Amino acid sequence: MELLKKLAECWAPSGREDRIRTLIASEMEPYVTDVYADSMGNLICRKKGNGKRLMFAAHMDEIGFMITNIDDNGFLRFTNVGGISAHNCVNRGVVFENGTTGVISYEKSVKDLNLDKMYIDIGASDKAEAESKVSVGDMAGYSEGFALMGGRAASKSMDDRVGCYALIRAVQLAESCPNDLYAVFTVQEELGLRGAKTASFNVEPDLGVAIDVSMVGDVPESDHHSLSLGKGPGIKLKDASFIIHPKAREFMLKAAKAAEIPYQLEAAAYGGTDAGAIHLTGGGVPAGTISIPTRYIHSPREVVDIADVENTVKLVKQMIEMGI
Amino acid sequence: MLLKELCELFGPSGWEDEVRNFILSRIKADEIIVDSMGNIIAHKIGGGKKVMVAAHMDEVGFIVSGFTDEGFVKFKTVGGILTTVLVSKKVLLGEKRVPGVISAKAVHLQKRDEREKLIPMSELYIDIGAKDKDEAKSLLNLGDYGIFAGEYTEFGDGLVKSKALDDRVGCATVLGLMEQEYRNDMYYVFTVQEEVGLRGAIIAANRIRPDYALVIEGTTCSDVYGTKPHETVTNLGGGAVMTAMDRAAVSDRRYFEMIKNVAERENIPLQIKRTSMGGTDAGSIQRSGGGVKTAVLAVPCRYIHSPVSVMSKNDFDSVGRLSAAVLNELERSDI
Repeated sequence: MELLKKLAECWAPSGREDRIRTLIASEMEPYVTDVYADSMGNLICRKKGNGKRLMFAAHMDEIGFMITNIDDNGFLRFTNVGGISAHNCVNRGVVFENGTTGVISYEKSVKDLNLDKMYIDIGASDKAEAESKVSVGDMAGYSEGFALMGGRAASKSMDDRVGCYALIRAVQLAESCPNDLYAVFTVQEELGLRGAKTASFNVEPDLGVAIDVSMVGDVPESDHHSLSLGKGPGIKLKDASFIIHPKAREFMLKAAKAAEIPYQLEAAAYGGTDAGAIHLTGGGVPAGTISIPTRYIHSPREVVDIADVENTVKLVKQMIEMGI
Repeated sequence: MLLKELCELFGPSGWEDEVRNFILSRIKADEIIVDSMGNIIAHKIGGGKKVMVAAHMDEVGFIVSGFTDEGFVKFKTVGGILTTVLVSKKVLLGEKRVPGVISAKAVHLQKRDEREKLIPMSELYIDIGAKDKDEAKSLLNLGDYGIFAGEYTEFGDGLVKSKALDDRVGCATVLGLMEQEYRNDMYYVFTVQEEVGLRGAIIAANRIRPDYALVIEGTTCSDVYGTKPHETVTNLGGGAVMTAMDRAAVSDRRYFEMIKNVAERENIPLQIKRTSMGGTDAGSIQRSGGGVKTAVLAVPCRYIHSPVSVMSKNDFDSVGRLSAAVLNELERSDI
């Protein structure tokens, strides 16, 4: 779990993925033929093989905050970077790239909470002190770290560092590689599947698989969702961004059976993953998504089940080792 | 004056001909293409990196959607125009530039609650002075386009008010940049249909496949009465505006830092946009092909998307100088 902890705690709001890219590149370099970043900043790791091009995508970015104003008393106003909901961030800790920490709070009352009425307090006593630490346009992320809860783990940014973890481990453990393998760690997924679009254009895959977190329906009074924590990775049949291609479905189900792991089928009404961008690239790419069941997504404490995570590693490893 | 001429041209999204012809008559390049959507792509061949400089030609406007028996014109907006801005505004419609005024039921006929509420778009119409449907149809066709009538006027201390500052300020800036020589492989692009969803820029960028793009824009400015300091977005007279992130794109980080440094070194006033609302052609360009490094420089415009948007000539000048300095810097440094 040391690697997952390191990945989850790494600072990388959308558009500011430099640190996580360096971290993942150092993990991947010994195991692949070629590692490079494209102009959007996607990290493309190729393990050359003679078969067709198989692309996996896990996104490196996390949701966060961008500073829009610094007032005379040193308080910061901010806007959301990706899907931040106001109630999730009340009185939560944040951290900037240079290590400056802060807490998010709100004007007057929690009624009618919205981001326009919230601010970040970085402990500065006036504008000059605040400006010595942060500038307009700087980004911050949640500061919540990794914590084990029995066989489960909570952290900021499990979305989608847990997907990055599964992809890294699967490539590291894979015993064969009949396909021309592209393990891609994408940028700016949280802003609308942006990095995957250009990465997929560059790779031109024959088959694309996104690895991402997905919502569960196993908590008190939950709305219905297909997935439960602890019952294995999900094979996502649809969400708002894509419908699984029959070829991808067949390949993924075959791999899940061959890997002898528990898995769940998932049909989601909303949400989106990099598969949504990949399948519409160029003349079209068969694509699917592996879902890692996750509670409290887009909060500072996203919870996953460790057995699900390790079964996802096995599933991805199996797919890498199978010809498409 | 170039900016005045550009602002007064008729160019709602999808109907940019007048702006396009004006620009085509003024530019020189090694190769000039008008592509299938109507973007102008002017290529000045150079070595080094492929750099795309873009401004959009189109402005927000109207499209004629029907005629009433009384000879009034029903319409839809083209691009983002607030309904609050519409009533009592002068417009020009169709190829004959038929003058009209947007109107609604007379105030003394409105019920009390109607007077206090925003009149919905569906109840507005344009009065072109026609006495009946036949006369209206002899002047206009269904599907004809329109624009706000808003002449270019200078006022105050170096301020300008006009329709279409967004984005004729960008067109004027790019025309200015084309007077200079840069060593990179330069593509100067005047795009169409930005206001309806960054559309022209997509195919222009896919054709060019640039390494870098610099988008020149007019942007929101709300430094006015009743706005809290953190809601002002930009300040008129505060200098060129650079965007860190908006709804369409996050600027490439190193490019962003480079521009900040250039502005400081050259002593050009620069402000960072204090909101993430809005979007520019950078969104389309950044994610075209295999990806492009993009940045946006803009002139702050109060009352944008109205017949009377207001800018400062100093800010306009800052955008011109900074964009030239950035293009020079792109020759020297790798980002």
